[in-house]
Amino acid sequence: MSGNGSAGLAAEIVQQALAAGATDAECTIGEGDEFSADVRLRELERLKEAGSCAAGLRILRGRHTGSAYTSDLSPDGIRHMVRSAIELADITTEDPHAGLPEAAELGAIPGDLGLYCNDVEGLATELKIDMARRAEDAALRADARIANSEGASFDTHLGLHAFANSRGFAGEYRTSYCSLSTVPVAREGGSMERDYWSTTARAFAGLEKPEDVGRIAAARAVRRLGARKMETQKVPVVFEPRTARTLLDNIFDAVHGGAVYRNESFLAGKLGTRVASDKLTVIDDGTIPGLFGTSPYDDEGVPTRRTVVIENGVLKSYLLNTYTARKLGLRTTGNASRGLAGNAGVGNGNLYVEKGDATPEQLIAVIRDGFYVTELIGFGVNIVTGDYSRGAVGLWIRDGELAFPVSEVTIAGTLQQMLLSLEAVGSDLEFRGSMAAPTLVVGEMTVGGR
Amino acid sequence: MQFSESFFPQRFGITTRDLENYLSEALSHGGAYADLYFEYLSTSSIGIDESIVKSASQGVSLGVGVRVIADERTGYAYSDDLSPERIRKAARVAACIAAGPATVEKVSLNGGGRRNLYPVLTAPNETAFAERVELVKRADRAARDYDRRIFQVQASYADNLRQVLVATSDGVLSWDRQPLARLNVAALARVNGGSPQRGHAGGGGRVDLGFFLNEKTPEHFAASAAREAIVMLDAVDAPAGEMTVVLGPGWPGILLHEAVGHGLEADFNRKGVSAFSGRIGQQVASPLCTVIDDGTIANRRGSLNVDDEGHPTGRNVLIEHGILCGYLQDKLSSRLTGAAETGSGRRESYAHIPMPRMTNTFMLAGESDPEEIIRSVPKGLYCPDFGGGQVDITSGNFVFSAAESYLIEGGRVTRPVRNATLIGNGPEALKYVSMVGKDLTLDEGIGVCGKEGQSVPVGVGIPTIRIDRMTVGGTA
Repeated sequence: MSGNGSAGLAAEIVQQALAAGATDAECTIGEGDEFSADVRLRELERLKEAGSCAAGLRILRGRHTGSAYTSDLSPDGIRHMVRSAIELADITTEDPHAGLPEAAELGAIPGDLGLYCNDVEGLATELKIDMARRAEDAALRADARIANSEGASFDTHLGLHAFANSRGFAGEYRTSYCSLSTVPVAREGGSMERDYWSTTARAFAGLEKPEDVGRIAAARAVRRLGARKMETQKVPVVFEPRTARTLLDNIFDAVHGGAVYRNESFLAGKLGTRVASDKLTVIDDGTIPGLFGTSPYDDEGVPTRRTVVIENGVLKSYLLNTYTARKLGLRTTGNASRGLAGNAGVGNGNLYVEKGDATPEQLIAVIRDGFYVTELIGFGVNIVTGDYSRGAVGLWIRDGELAFPVSEVTIAGTLQQMLLSLEAVGSDLEFRGSMAAPTLVVGEMTVGGR
Repeated sequence: MQFSESFFPQRFGITTRDLENYLSEALSHGGAYADLYFEYLSTSSIGIDESIVKSASQGVSLGVGVRVIADERTGYAYSDDLSPERIRKAARVAACIAAGPATVEKVSLNGGGRRNLYPVLTAPNETAFAERVELVKRADRAARDYDRRIFQVQASYADNLRQVLVATSDGVLSWDRQPLARLNVAALARVNGGSPQRGHAGGGGRVDLGFFLNEKTPEHFAASAAREAIVMLDAVDAPAGEMTVVLGPGWPGILLHEAVGHGLEADFNRKGVSAFSGRIGQQVASPLCTVIDDGTIANRRGSLNVDDEGHPTGRNVLIEHGILCGYLQDKLSSRLTGAAETGSGRRESYAHIPMPRMTNTFMLAGESDPEEIIRSVPKGLYCPDFGGGQVDITSGNFVFSAAESYLIEGGRVTRPVRNATLIGNGPEALKYVSMVGKDLTLDEGIGVCGKEGQSVPVGVGIPTIRIDRMTVGGTA
């Protein structure tokens, strides 16, 4: 990575765009160094290492927008990008709501946000390979039924994000990331199942021990062996944290400003009303140091903040960028998110469910018959209608205990009903990504099976 | 066309001698095989929303990926800078996977035979933006005109032109120009401020702009999307449990992609982690089922002249009359298992390592009349359109989500039902196929397949089929 100076280059590109006829402009530059080591059956299988850099530009001519990107940062490549963006403003339609944030809205939250840890730099290749090897080895040793493996991976990523706009904003920040995961395959009789476990952190020192990653992954794969398909029935459904997080994905899509102003969300027009049981509080906070959804400012240069999305079941706020806020007559929540091409979208900071008091064991103990869901597959969620139907894998709860594995079934309902019938929230909240939820108990869903 | 007249030599002055030198550098630490993948990708996209063309974007990305294979090990590095120093640096980084003196003497490259499955003279990406922006404006108007109950329309058009060059230490030198375009329309309908329903349609391929002007017009896709949204306004709750399911022709072929296609990719089978591992020669579907993966169909979204490892694509029979015939191979898997290459090595970009992937996956037509298939079902579900699907290749369990489906009652298609997921087990599900229609249809060209974080365009196809037993994930 070239390091310093990317914000300066971004500001220079903005000036070029203004000189070429833009009335406003914003430029993003992303640099990244990636490394990954894959080990399978204790042997090194794959090593990958590379760095890259690219820029994206969005311009306005009055209320017309155009955008372009390039991985060619030579003076010629940049001139071509600027010309391309300007040219496109001629074919877009005048949009009264298009524009950059007001100058007073721009800025960055102060202080060290712990997004970059230099212990990820310069890790010896052998050490990185060994991390993967140790995780997989622990999984292979954990149980005689772990007969095979899809391997283990150790990955690092170092990033530099620079942004500048024509309202005077220029900034850059670095991020670091490392992760370790393993996917063991368990076998018994005719049954073969795989599962995974992973650990991710901004700092190498923040990773869980490879041996723990392997052991947990193995236990998860083994407990799926011999799964049954259940009779079709209605029961309480318990989402473990890994699957509970996917409900936050659904909530995010439904409070996304773009879906709301287009009326393609079941939560559109519901601000201030009860949309979930009073057990549910959902918060988006892009300011928590060291986490994966944290940044000093969003992708339009607006400081990140803490936004209460749902408070004790009442919908309090949507998540907005400048454009969607203007469409709805509201203020941006600092949730602009963009790649290099196109207009800014909406992204989450750290979006999480506030934890409750009960442990997962306590939540399960009171359920006579229910389904504890450990994996969901498919895309059967319709945010427009709230219809929910997904493939599910997990364990059947009988008389308050996890009794036996279940697979090849679906769980179905509507998101509206699922949120309103949320019965309990666990105490086991952990931030393993930019969305986090503890164990959640939904009163009743249809399990589709035999 | 001679190599010297192709894109990379013309634009970047790359010669065969340069390529031979880079490959030798890549093999300098004892690797057994190396390849280079050069890519220059130009993209553009246009979006309309609320009848306003709100976004238009174009861009360029370019780079080269260098791969070295030593036994089962792969080293990979890439550069987004095509200067000789940077390419040689990437070659040295990839070379480190092998430890020892060079064993490959000298690499010499030969351009292979050429064919062109998409002889598109002017790629959409090379036409004036003013022409392409008309496509989304027409789609927007047509969807709104379809019915008064349509209140929201979004249309997007995207195209790209990919120039690739592959050089391998086996001596293969191949290059290709790969155009791709797609138009998507989404429409929302509602009655008297009631709750909305969404419909979606889209399509395209490795085509020129004439495809959207003459064959599949914006009005065609707009009407499909609007019709689906209107139909869904009357939808009742979907049933839950095992029942007979009839799939309509075309895009419902995603069943094959999820139920069998992924499970037959050679990397999973070489490692023994697929539910189909070790099952070649076994009955995995009813004798009515013959499933093909064919990368050679002219102008299709999933087609390629050569795969991303420089090998010509082919027509590969996966299942013949219910018997499992073979796997989809990439270079690494075929080197390790001795199986013939199938032209299935694909990658998302120069920054990605190739893997065995599908191209266009479909089931051959049978003999049944589609209407007769529906008449044969006393009670069941008819599914003419789907959203996405997913599979767990190890257990074999797969799902795919109905976007438009109807109850079948007394041999007739009756009421539309709300979106539901269908679930089954790969090596079992197709054993229950009891009727196959004569109406094989390929999808309109919207598929994107994801695997290990890499997305590639694919196609699917299927005739109307009856599956006697499948689990439907509704609520009723």
